Amino acid sequence: MLALGSFAGQHTRRAVPAVPKVRAVAGLPARTGVGLKPEHFRDVLETRPDIGFFEVHAENYMVDGGPFHHFLGRIRAHYPLSLHGVGLSIGTDGPLDEAHLDRLDALIKRYQPASFSEHLAWSSHGEVFFNDLLPVPYDRATLDRVCDQVDRVQERLGRQMLLENPSTYLEFAASTMDEAAFLSEVIRRTGCGLLLDVNNVYVSCVNHGRDALATIDSLPLQAVGEIHLAGFATDRDAAGALLLIDSHGSPVDEAVWCLYAAVLARTGPTPTLLERDNDMPNLPALLAEAQRAEDLMPALAEPMHCGIQWGYS
Amino acid sequence: MGLLVTQAAFAATLLAPDLPSPAGLRAWNGSDPAARLAVHRNNVVSSLIDAVADSFPVAQELVGEEFFRAMAALFVREHPPRSKILAHYGCEFADFVDGFEPARSVPYLADVARLERARVLAYHAADGDPLKAEKLVEAMSSGHDLGTLQLHCHPSMSVIVSAHAIVSLWAAHQGEGDLSTVDPAAAESALVVRPGLDVLVLRLPPGAARFAIALQTGAVLADAAALAASETADFDLPNALTLLMHHGALISFQFSGSRSQ
Repeated sequence: MLALGSFAGQHTRRAVPAVPKVRAVAGLPARTGVGLKPEHFRDVLETRPDIGFFEVHAENYMVDGGPFHHFLGRIRAHYPLSLHGVGLSIGTDGPLDEAHLDRLDALIKRYQPASFSEHLAWSSHGEVFFNDLLPVPYDRATLDRVCDQVDRVQERLGRQMLLENPSTYLEFAASTMDEAAFLSEVIRRTGCGLLLDVNNVYVSCVNHGRDALATIDSLPLQAVGEIHLAGFATDRDAAGALLLIDSHGSPVDEAVWCLYAAVLARTGPTPTLLERDNDMPNLPALLAEAQRAEDLMPALAEPMHCGIQWGYS
Repeated sequence: MGLLVTQAAFAATLLAPDLPSPAGLRAWNGSDPAARLAVHRNNVVSSLIDAVADSFPVAQELVGEEFFRAMAALFVREHPPRSKILAHYGCEFADFVDGFEPARSVPYLADVARLERARVLAYHAADGDPLKAEKLVEAMSSGHDLGTLQLHCHPSMSVIVSAHAIVSLWAAHQGEGDLSTVDPAAAESALVVRPGLDVLVLRLPPGAARFAIALQTGAVLADAAALAASETADFDLPNALTLLMHHGALISFQFSGSRSQ
């Protein structure tokens, strides 16, 4: 039997940092949102779907003008916005890209998003941008570095950020703690919030033979400011073991829906994004999948019984 | 020792399929981490190939998806992005295609890629309000020396001069015109501009490309017209000016001190 969330019935919750040194913003509504895609711009404005918020990738809007800004400005007038960065490279072993922070700051000032989030990962080295979220070892030195980078981001942007747990495929021999302990410490020290990507938890747990529900329980759920849901692709590793790939190109898997329900039972209704970046369905199909997440939010009096065994060892 | 995988070592393996995976990576089940590292190698290369393919759809149609993706894979490894903003990626692609031996049999491929690149740049360029015709008429009757009129082009504007029929080829792939009637060897120059939300692609008449480029680089009207006329006797100034005005390629003007000719 899953423990019932003590937050059930509450609406938007904010992270409660141990060190309250960052300004919390109003936050996203405790509803579901979808990614805003250019092919849906006109549909969204014409049909004004009843959806909690839209999320955009910050880097797509770091352009001078044109339809992206035209439509985002108009859509933002009707919906809360989540600004999600994919290029800041917070896990970099070099200095943060201050010019990129300036661009983020300009976007935040222009569009006043309810949330800004980035990943626990690196994506650039030297001048090269790899367009992928690359893993970091979970050791002391990396922890100190990531905390410094998150501090710098929050200082420069003048607001709290949410840090997203990654999908990982590899482990580092140098790691001295698990991912949940690493994230908990970053959150405790910097006061940032957690963007809990439930698909990433599931993918990483399958990929590393861990128990997904135990992982959820070891994360600082009181700091969750947003949840991500997405689909994965399947592959096999060199030993033939299942290897899940975070692809954002298919509907959310039933196991991830189940884990999501378990998270909601612990957190109460929480802003939730349905992430889809590849093989895009049309807007109504995307909204229908998002509705499924929203339907789960009030139905928390009884946890879902999925019959899934979370352990893999 | 040997435990620490530096990001430099990790990064080096991402674009080099022949490099072994760095020591210090492992998997829970003791399996070879190289197969897992391959997920990242594939993410990097295939997502960047996708980005190139998205920017150059007609170039891809001209050579077929298989050839295009193989060519793009080589491009991605040789010219990975230097910007985190993927809209900026692909500026070197047309030059790469120019030097790509297996694509020699499609001599217009690189210039079609230049046209497509210009469309992406125009799409995301700064906005600008097109100059109204009345304003220009007003200026022309103001008594100033018209030859010293400096016309400012729209920030989204570019001109591509080609020895090939790039506009007709591109348009045929948008369902405009019949591809079988296009003579690829007929020289065409393209004007690309986004006066509002939509990017326009226009075939420029003789001399108009030289004229538009001259205006864009700051030449006064008399100098730009003289340059175009020296290129072709067929240059028609009123027609070129009307075409640029009508499609929103001009946004403002001023009278400059002098003309050079």
